[in-house]
Amino acid sequence: MKAKSASFPYLVWMAVFIIVPTALVVIFAFTDRSGKFTLMNLEEVGQYSNVFLRSIWLGAIATAVCLILGYPLAYLIAKTRARQQNVLILLVMLPMWMNFLLRTYAWMTLLEDSGLINRALEGLGLPAMHMINTQGAVVLGMVYNYIPYMILPLYSILTKIDGSVIEAAEDLGANARTVFFRVTMPMSMPGIISGVTMVFVPAVSTFIISKMLGGGGNLLVGDLIDMQFLGSAYNPNLGSAISLVLMVLILICMGIMNQFDENGAMEGGVMV
Amino acid sequence: MGEPAIVSLQDIAVSFDGEIVLKDFNLSIGDGEFVTLLGPSGCGKTTTLRIIGGFVRPDSGNVFFNGKKINELPPHKREVNTIFQKYALFPHLNVYDNVAFGMRIHKKSESEVRATVHEMLGMVNLGRFEHRNVNLLSGGQQQRVAIARALANNPKVLLLDEPFGALDLKLRKDMQVELKKIQKQTGITFLFVTHDQEEALSMSDTVVVMDKGAIQQIGTPQDIYNEPKNAFVAEFIGESNILDGIMREDFLVEFAGRNFRCVDKGFTHNEPVDVVIRPEDIDIVPPDENHLTGVVTDTNFKGVYFEIIVDVQGFKWMIQTTDYEKVGAKIGLAIQPDEIHIMHKSEYSGSFGDYSSFSDEMDPDALPKEKEDV
Repeated sequence: MKAKSASFPYLVWMAVFIIVPTALVVIFAFTDRSGKFTLMNLEEVGQYSNVFLRSIWLGAIATAVCLILGYPLAYLIAKTRARQQNVLILLVMLPMWMNFLLRTYAWMTLLEDSGLINRALEGLGLPAMHMINTQGAVVLGMVYNYIPYMILPLYSILTKIDGSVIEAAEDLGANARTVFFRVTMPMSMPGIISGVTMVFVPAVSTFIISKMLGGGGNLLVGDLIDMQFLGSAYNPNLGSAISLVLMVLILICMGIMNQFDENGAMEGGVMV
Repeated sequence: MGEPAIVSLQDIAVSFDGEIVLKDFNLSIGDGEFVTLLGPSGCGKTTTLRIIGGFVRPDSGNVFFNGKKINELPPHKREVNTIFQKYALFPHLNVYDNVAFGMRIHKKSESEVRATVHEMLGMVNLGRFEHRNVNLLSGGQQQRVAIARALANNPKVLLLDEPFGALDLKLRKDMQVELKKIQKQTGITFLFVTHDQEEALSMSDTVVVMDKGAIQQIGTPQDIYNEPKNAFVAEFIGESNILDGIMREDFLVEFAGRNFRCVDKGFTHNEPVDVVIRPEDIDIVPPDENHLTGVVTDTNFKGVYFEIIVDVQGFKWMIQTTDYEKVGAKIGLAIQPDEIHIMHKSEYSGSFGDYSSFSDEMDPDALPKEKEDV
């Protein structure tokens, strides 16, 4: 009874800030400007399928890179002594203390044709590279901005793995490689899933990174939605329809992802 | 230990952060034996086990397995398996896959794996639990899975690190019986670590009593109980009255101001010794000139027997008897020669054996005494 009444404010919060907006998105998506029911908006979304594909593709690449880079780091941090762990985790989170826009601006000045990296290359007598306004730059921006969200859940689950379970595996004849693939990695699955979720979802729907590092040529779904609400193409109904489709696509992706977690009930996982 | 040694430890020394855990440690374990390392926590018994398992590398000394030096051999290449204190089951695998883990690593065929898993689970009475999630098993069931998992690897030696520490008393007793049965059935050498002396005595062929990183005594459970080597062993294994005595001559010892016939010999003339008398070996008789006499200061009902504390000239004895004696009663203590055990003096002399501190809140004399000390 007590728990129920204590959860009341949260229920109100959820109703006002999650359920109502979602419902509004759905209503907008299925109506035209005059408020009449229509499927036009959803049909129109089809024109942008290439943007959706690009978003999911770049988001997936960024997520994979985050996982490949983040897992070894999280593993190493989890293996160090407790005191060092705190320092290292602090270092991982440090960039997050700085404004997101500022960080992305910093990459712009680094990657520009006449930016710091190219000037450094020039100084060394190497040919300049075109980096800004490419898909690579967008992926780089995503990885840079979202990798802490991969490392933190992985680190937290890896530190929770009982050392005696690892020893038990060694004891039963597993060498370091086998221990990792048969025990450590499966046991850290919930961390992988929550890390992937926490990187993939914002990466797919990002708009500022693609705008700043991708130029006009690498439009992502986020940019498209942004344009419908704040940009020249003002059309909230279409914007809502795109949002809705994006939401469904992400849910499908996460649903597939969750299939990898055999013990779905294990702690640490984020259900989407 | 007549059998050839399967595991032997030679001059092992280990210290962690400058703290000595094991020193001058020598132990050899015969093939097929049930050996128990018994000692209080921090005595180095788990470290000994981990050295054999390969998880701790000794600072000096050698580890031999079947006569071969295995100091450098990593855990996964050793033919020993461990049962960990907290079971250490793989939480992401079910019961069947846990037990099959070792065999699959050793690339056994699935049909062989299935046969062995069935056999092992049958042995620990978990036949119906194959597909159960291990996280949903009770402590006793998890421990059985751990036993099955270790045995499925067909180890030459099974190391057990306080495997029943987390189980309640009743379950622990059942598991003890079951484990002993499994050991007899399989003929595998068991090295068992515990701090529970009863567990050690009832299960083992050989008991190794340890304290402060050193072996205090090795022997059969009967030897350890009846012929403790020093005051530590006497006190740690069961209850003991330990008195200062002087060995007057062979078969004659003086303690508590009297001479007693005994069955020990080979001590030097008038050697100061520790005298051990087990509480259950003392008979209560009417007080007279020919016996030690004392006053009962405390009586506790223990179920099968009474535990009586008797003050004899300031030394508090413990007696376990089926006869009830009132607090304040004057009684005589009869001790037969073969119930007196004589030990050389050791570093432990004087630190155990008097029951003065035993429930002193019931003892009217103890309180003012303590105040004087402060």
